[in-house]
Amino acid sequence: MLAVLLTGGHEVRAAGEAPHIERQDWSFAGMFGFYDRGSLQRGYKVYKEVCAACHGLDHAHYRNLSEPGGPEFSKAAVKYLASQYEVRDGPDSEGQMYQRKGRPSDRFVPPYQNEQEARAANSGAWPPDLSLIAKARSIHEETAWYKAPLKILMDIARGYQEGGADYLYALLTGYQDAPEKMSMAEGMTYNKAFPGYQIAMPNPLAEGAVEYTDGTPETVENYARDVTEFLMWVAEPKLEERKRLGFRVLVYLLMLSGLLYFAKKLVWRDLGH
Amino acid sequence: MSHPSTYEPSNGFSKWLDRRLPVLRLMHGQFIEFPTPRNLNYLWTFGGILSFCLVVQLITGIVLAMHYVPSGDQAFSSIEHIMRDVNWGWLMRYSHAVGGSMFFLAAYIHIARGLYYGSYKDPREILWILGVLIFLLMMAIAFMGYSLPWGQMSFWAVTVITNLFSSFDTIIPGVGSAIVRWIWGGYSVSETTLNRLFSLHYLLPFILVGVVGLHIWALHVVGNNNPTGVEIQSDSDSVPFHPYITMKDAFAMSLFWMIFAWLIFFAPNYLGHSDNYIEANPLQTPPHIVPEWYFLPQYAILRAIPSKLLGVIAMFASILVLFFVSWLDTSKVRSTKYRPIYKWFFWLFIFTCIALGYLGAKPAEGVYLFYARIFTAYYFIHFLVVMPLIGVIERPKPLPNSITEDVLGKGSSPSGGAGKPEAAPAAPENR
Repeated sequence: MLAVLLTGGHEVRAAGEAPHIERQDWSFAGMFGFYDRGSLQRGYKVYKEVCAACHGLDHAHYRNLSEPGGPEFSKAAVKYLASQYEVRDGPDSEGQMYQRKGRPSDRFVPPYQNEQEARAANSGAWPPDLSLIAKARSIHEETAWYKAPLKILMDIARGYQEGGADYLYALLTGYQDAPEKMSMAEGMTYNKAFPGYQIAMPNPLAEGAVEYTDGTPETVENYARDVTEFLMWVAEPKLEERKRLGFRVLVYLLMLSGLLYFAKKLVWRDLGH
Repeated sequence: MSHPSTYEPSNGFSKWLDRRLPVLRLMHGQFIEFPTPRNLNYLWTFGGILSFCLVVQLITGIVLAMHYVPSGDQAFSSIEHIMRDVNWGWLMRYSHAVGGSMFFLAAYIHIARGLYYGSYKDPREILWILGVLIFLLMMAIAFMGYSLPWGQMSFWAVTVITNLFSSFDTIIPGVGSAIVRWIWGGYSVSETTLNRLFSLHYLLPFILVGVVGLHIWALHVVGNNNPTGVEIQSDSDSVPFHPYITMKDAFAMSLFWMIFAWLIFFAPNYLGHSDNYIEANPLQTPPHIVPEWYFLPQYAILRAIPSKLLGVIAMFASILVLFFVSWLDTSKVRSTKYRPIYKWFFWLFIFTCIALGYLGAKPAEGVYLFYARIFTAYYFIHFLVVMPLIGVIERPKPLPNSITEDVLGKGSSPSGGAGKPEAAPAAPENR
């Protein structure tokens, strides 16, 4: 699936072979998970300066960047930022389409007008939209059949939802020289996290390529981590609101269950059972 | 269960209403006085839990339908609109998606409880058959609902499952493909298909509500089964529905809500498939097309059989066989508690269902396929051979004379006052 989407015309797929991917620690994991504002802001910068050249964010609006639970840039900053883009609008009263400056209420301006243009610019490959990528990918872990039920229960009890983020981090840090015995298709790059190991996207990150102004070391690992956190937020912008409400709901239900338990006991007290 | 009504209209209005439409009398009789066996365990709380699940799906579903756009171009992005820009949209959508899973979880436990305690036996055949009908409707509704986000898994699940009907071509050439074209409304799964699935996904739940009403009606005619399988004989065997059962149900439901809430708030996508966050693309087939977890056993049965037609027949038969359980089980005793041989086969059957679920998620090849065939075989052997046979050859353990005796021990007074654990020695105890 992934191979197909990322490589478009050059379909590569290793049957039954899924690379092993390590789980990472994320601030947004678990019951009290939250996004690290600094990481989201740096991640946005990486997206804007690197990924945005080929990948869109169709489901996101510029205004989202100043909304609570996200990078929380100031409204003024987002207004300025949006105005840097040209948006096609119209028709006007003469029936003509026209270009205008972007507004916070606009969707992120896509890098290509359509799939054909995207493929033409990328030797046949179609860079996927990234608005949901952090939820549209997952990792595959082999488990013995007798361990599978416990693993599922443990993952549910932990609230494990970070498979997509784990995969993206592994992918962005997974570029290596191809093993000598492997013959690579034309225009493809070796990546140890990618199903089939041949990806149409060249290594996008290099040390020092994006300037960090807050003193965070400009390493590939940090870029990968920050942009993954940013993409997780784009995919799940209500995560903080959801987890905060969830905690309150659980506390409420815990108290309710306690009360109902004693109420039930009281009602059944005089009855043998 | 018929019992004399003790309903007393308390004010002028209820007296006036009672002479014209005794609906309050009916409610009082069915949900307050209704005599319920006193020995029901917590497995009996799933009926109430299932009613709750149905209400959650209806409420969240009706709200979602206000914002959802069933068109090929916009279905996927309208879901994202709900998730991002509709007030509490994420809560509605995750509740509905997780709610489907919780509905099936509760239904499977409810069905397993019925199978273990013989709740399908005389006089509860119609009650059981209505239950199987509900299960079938649930499956149809869940399948159609899963298509609506119009992600990759939605699209390809619809393609695979509707295509199953083309296997009828092997009986009468052309008929199968004609049916498939009729279902699709064209030559492939398209927006037209999505529209009819949405229409039916909205309609069928209301039919389900009707069948649930009949199911509850049938239950209230014959009364609850109970862990002993011995019918209510005297007043001391039963408790009024309210407050005894209502409080017990409320406590169990609250625990169920905690699991429900955990999934909604902390693992809302765990039970889904990540491919469904990729918009439907008719030109790209996902490498592994898998259904939602609750269809995995049926999916394993479908793929276990080499012939497509027979696979389809086996899959539907795995549900339809449940309609006949009341007559396939030849045992005179209802509850498996008193059936020393059948007990083992019951747990083997539960293991079989879980194993089929595991195998349904695996590729249908090699050792997985081998075991899927073994377990598919046992699934049917259990109903068609084990159930009729064990009932004849087995010698059940002695049943308690009454529910009261089971709860309080032998020689207890029929009025029943003292609390006594189930396994307590049968000491004479009269208070």
